[in-house]
Amino acid sequence: MDFYLTAILQGLCFSGIALGIYISMKIFNIPDITTDGSYTLGGAVSAVLLSSGYSPLFVLLIAMLAGAFAGACTGLIHTKLKVNPLLSGILVMTALYSVNLSLMGRSNIPLLNFANLYTLLRIFDNSNLNTLLILLLCVLSLVIIISYILSTDFGITMRATGNSETMIRSMGVDTDRMKVIGLALANALTATSGYLLTQFQGFADINMGIGIVIAGLGSVIIAEVFISRLSITSVSTSLILVIIGAIIFQSVLALTLSMGIDASLLKLITAVFVLLIVSLPKLLFKKAL
Amino acid sequence: MIKISALNKTYNEGRLNEVRSIQNLNLSIAANDFVVIVGANGSGKSTLLNCIAGSVLPSSGSIIIDGTDVSRLPDYKRSRWIARVFQNPLSGTAPDLSILENFRLAALRTRSKSLTIGTTEAFKNQVEEKVALLGMGLEAKLEQPIGTLSGGQRQALTLLMAVMDELKILLLDEPTAALDPRSADLVMKTADKIIKEYGLTAVMVTHNIKDAYTYGNRVVQMSEGSVLRDIEQEEKKGLDVATIYEWFG
Repeated sequence: MDFYLTAILQGLCFSGIALGIYISMKIFNIPDITTDGSYTLGGAVSAVLLSSGYSPLFVLLIAMLAGAFAGACTGLIHTKLKVNPLLSGILVMTALYSVNLSLMGRSNIPLLNFANLYTLLRIFDNSNLNTLLILLLCVLSLVIIISYILSTDFGITMRATGNSETMIRSMGVDTDRMKVIGLALANALTATSGYLLTQFQGFADINMGIGIVIAGLGSVIIAEVFISRLSITSVSTSLILVIIGAIIFQSVLALTLSMGIDASLLKLITAVFVLLIVSLPKLLFKKAL
Repeated sequence: MIKISALNKTYNEGRLNEVRSIQNLNLSIAANDFVVIVGANGSGKSTLLNCIAGSVLPSSGSIIIDGTDVSRLPDYKRSRWIARVFQNPLSGTAPDLSILENFRLAALRTRSKSLTIGTTEAFKNQVEEKVALLGMGLEAKLEQPIGTLSGGQRQALTLLMAVMDELKILLLDEPTAALDPRSADLVMKTADKIIKEYGLTAVMVTHNIKDAYTYGNRVVQMSEGSVLRDIEQEEKKGLDVATIYEWFG
């Protein structure tokens, strides 16, 4: 039982990445892989500040700002210097590795002896249940805030930017500015995941972000299957499905590991799993025809 | 309303594939004019329209709109005067957003888009009334993604969206080229009605000789990037379809 609870908790931690990828990929239509770097950045900032005794809520704010800054860099490189978005993301991600390492000063910072988010509130005696409650609260607030933003006039503008650029420019919107804001928001969410997971696992590691973008992509793709099958147009439902996607994704990985598969094969399994969820619906649909 | 002087636009300047799309073009368009621009493919009509809209910046020359020199202003800063209907019905609307959300964006064309909810009941009622005027029954489908509608319906809605906010100039780039004859007719009639009702200045590019004859008070023929013929109101009345057709002979 605890095994699956851990998977759910991990899924909730990764929901920031999933929401971030949803915003960059689905709303802005930009393939952004700054993720690997901004996730570790969120973790690094959290570890450094928490181990210096700052309060977890203040640290959250700084971690999000750091992620937003990284995303804005990608956005500016893409829009102002006209660099392909994928390359812009790779550049910033690469640069962030050094930034993160300098921030941390070493490759791993343990956090077990410091106050963290999950010890702020003590409702259950079982620490996992307590963590679950706090994570649910965090993720729920993220979903509420983002669905509110996306339904405001500004949010409609964001959604139109990725949907029809000619249209939204003729409506008086500077699309470059919108993309920079969008990528900043997406990476602030990604950094939030770094913040949540660092405290959950009790340490920050310079390599924690390697290949993490796939966790976000996988979650969004799982959510997409539901969104298109059930023809969902509501933004808040889509966001909740993205979170559910993140949980399913982590649960499947946990399940494969529990079957006794070598942990060193985890990334290979992850890649195959994502390939399956991308291709299966298409193959099945073909058969139905 | 629009004064274009010594306008030039050259693509790939100095290279082998240099194209001189607009060459020393001068054109003055008065307020409430409805100018129809005709011309063969490659005569520079669309480039001219894009220069006025700002999605293409001219190589040299000036464009003055309502007393302001806009020659170097990007398209999104000219939206305070200009609304556009594109040749491709997909370009004028955001397909995944609902009709209501598309109208909301249009209602904010000249204003900033803030972090408040604008798609309120009051706004919805206002859009319902406007959309009902089209007589297409779309007022009951405001929550539906606009991409699920036909090209004709989307062009008609784009026209309505144009006048959701203060508007001086309407640019129509072959608005009916992608439509069947019946939808085309409806879209042109809607355009004409809106232009008259709101006292707009309009510029329309078209390949449809009949539309060029029926609509507008002035017809301009372009050739090789400049104005070849410019026929004003009184004289335009004396034209017939066959004469315009012969211009292309």
